[in-house]
Amino acid sequence: MKYIDEYRDQRIAHALVAEIRRRGTRHWVLMEICGGQTHTLMRYGIDELLPGSVELVHGPGCPVCVTPLETIDKAIQLGLRPDVILVSYGDMLRVPGSRSDLFRVRAAGGDVRVVYSPMEALKIARTNPQRKVVFFAIGFETTAPANAMAVWQARREGLENFSMLVSHVLVPPAIRLLLKSPRNRVQGFIAPGHVCTVMGSREYQLLAREFRVPIVVGGFEPVDLLEAINMLVVQLEEGRAEVENQYVRSVSHEGNVLAQQLLESVFEVCDRKWRGIGSIPQSGYRLRPEFAAYDAEQLFGLAEPGVQEPPECVSAEVLQGLKKPPDCAMFATRCTPEAPLGAPMVSAEGACAAYYLYRRCAVAT
Amino acid sequence: MCLAIPGKILETEERGGNRTARVQFGGITKQIYLDFVPEAGVGEYVMVHVGFAISRVDAEEAERTYRLLESLGLLESELGAASDVRN
Repeated sequence: MKYIDEYRDQRIAHALVAEIRRRGTRHWVLMEICGGQTHTLMRYGIDELLPGSVELVHGPGCPVCVTPLETIDKAIQLGLRPDVILVSYGDMLRVPGSRSDLFRVRAAGGDVRVVYSPMEALKIARTNPQRKVVFFAIGFETTAPANAMAVWQARREGLENFSMLVSHVLVPPAIRLLLKSPRNRVQGFIAPGHVCTVMGSREYQLLAREFRVPIVVGGFEPVDLLEAINMLVVQLEEGRAEVENQYVRSVSHEGNVLAQQLLESVFEVCDRKWRGIGSIPQSGYRLRPEFAAYDAEQLFGLAEPGVQEPPECVSAEVLQGLKKPPDCAMFATRCTPEAPLGAPMVSAEGACAAYYLYRRCAVAT
Repeated sequence: MCLAIPGKILETEERGGNRTARVQFGGITKQIYLDFVPEAGVGEYVMVHVGFAISRVDAEEAERTYRLLESLGLLESELGAASDVRN
């Protein structure tokens, strides 16, 4: 496929690896934020191709992984109601809540449906006027405009049986939190290309300036990521801390202004809890008060369950790049994609699942 | 989750107040909303995420940067033996 195949060209990839090796004179710790990028790095073995002077740590950019346990439990409460059709992106069904998951809710007779696009949830609402259709709206800035459009459209149509359980998260506040931590080791960031396609690169300039850290907006194919890593190494070696854009074929400085305007009309920024990390100030979106009629939390008066993560799961440290998945005693033993203890093992984009799938597990057999 | 895939617009149409397009991804085609890139036209590539186009692929930029990368790749193949020694 055009714009994919050429960015998987082995010859270019090897040339970039050689370039990174030539440029690097010191040890540099880089983080890719986005779980999609983690997946590419593992799938193509890029972490093993790179010279030892470049260490990659993996960031918290997997929305499935960071959706709080409490919110999963709320989705489960909704899915169990006979008057509700709960509609979700497929990845969410296997995520363990405190006692169950949405797959088990479905097995127990709950009407839980998977869609590719939030607009399909509207279609389900139109064709089931006697039922209440709740869309489980998760995701980063990439996904938020589509979810915002679903609410906008529902209001335009006067669709009264549609609402959303919103758990949106934002990337820049998470980077800020990582950089402010006294335990931070990350010296350069690969910013997520599709988040920046929507939001542009402006917010990252503030971070680069404030923390004197280079940030390169990167794409998702192997050549994209290797080029982004090379750009970071060059900046670090030259003592620069700027925002550069590797993913120019999709990302502009100002981003997608129409999508940003819709986000602004439908959502407002709020504090948000991230699974494994805790509450991050101003790191999420919730529906604006004028869209309260579409807010499932208010409509259904959902209880705020007090819940705890399994204490043996180290996902908090994995999601902050402080530990790698094989550092966890449960990794690939008691915690596998079939029976995950923590969220990073659930989604294919979670760091633990990516390590497991692509055999980065030095496990005694 | 944040994956977006490049696809080629085959035709566009109005559907219930939304501008949509038939977009081809390799062997399959899908109906995609163009609300966020209303200026995209037939023959152009768009990046698509959960049913919405979120950007038009900048064909010129893509071509320019790819040529740069390709020349790096060619250079590397030509200097293959030498760079092996260097590394």
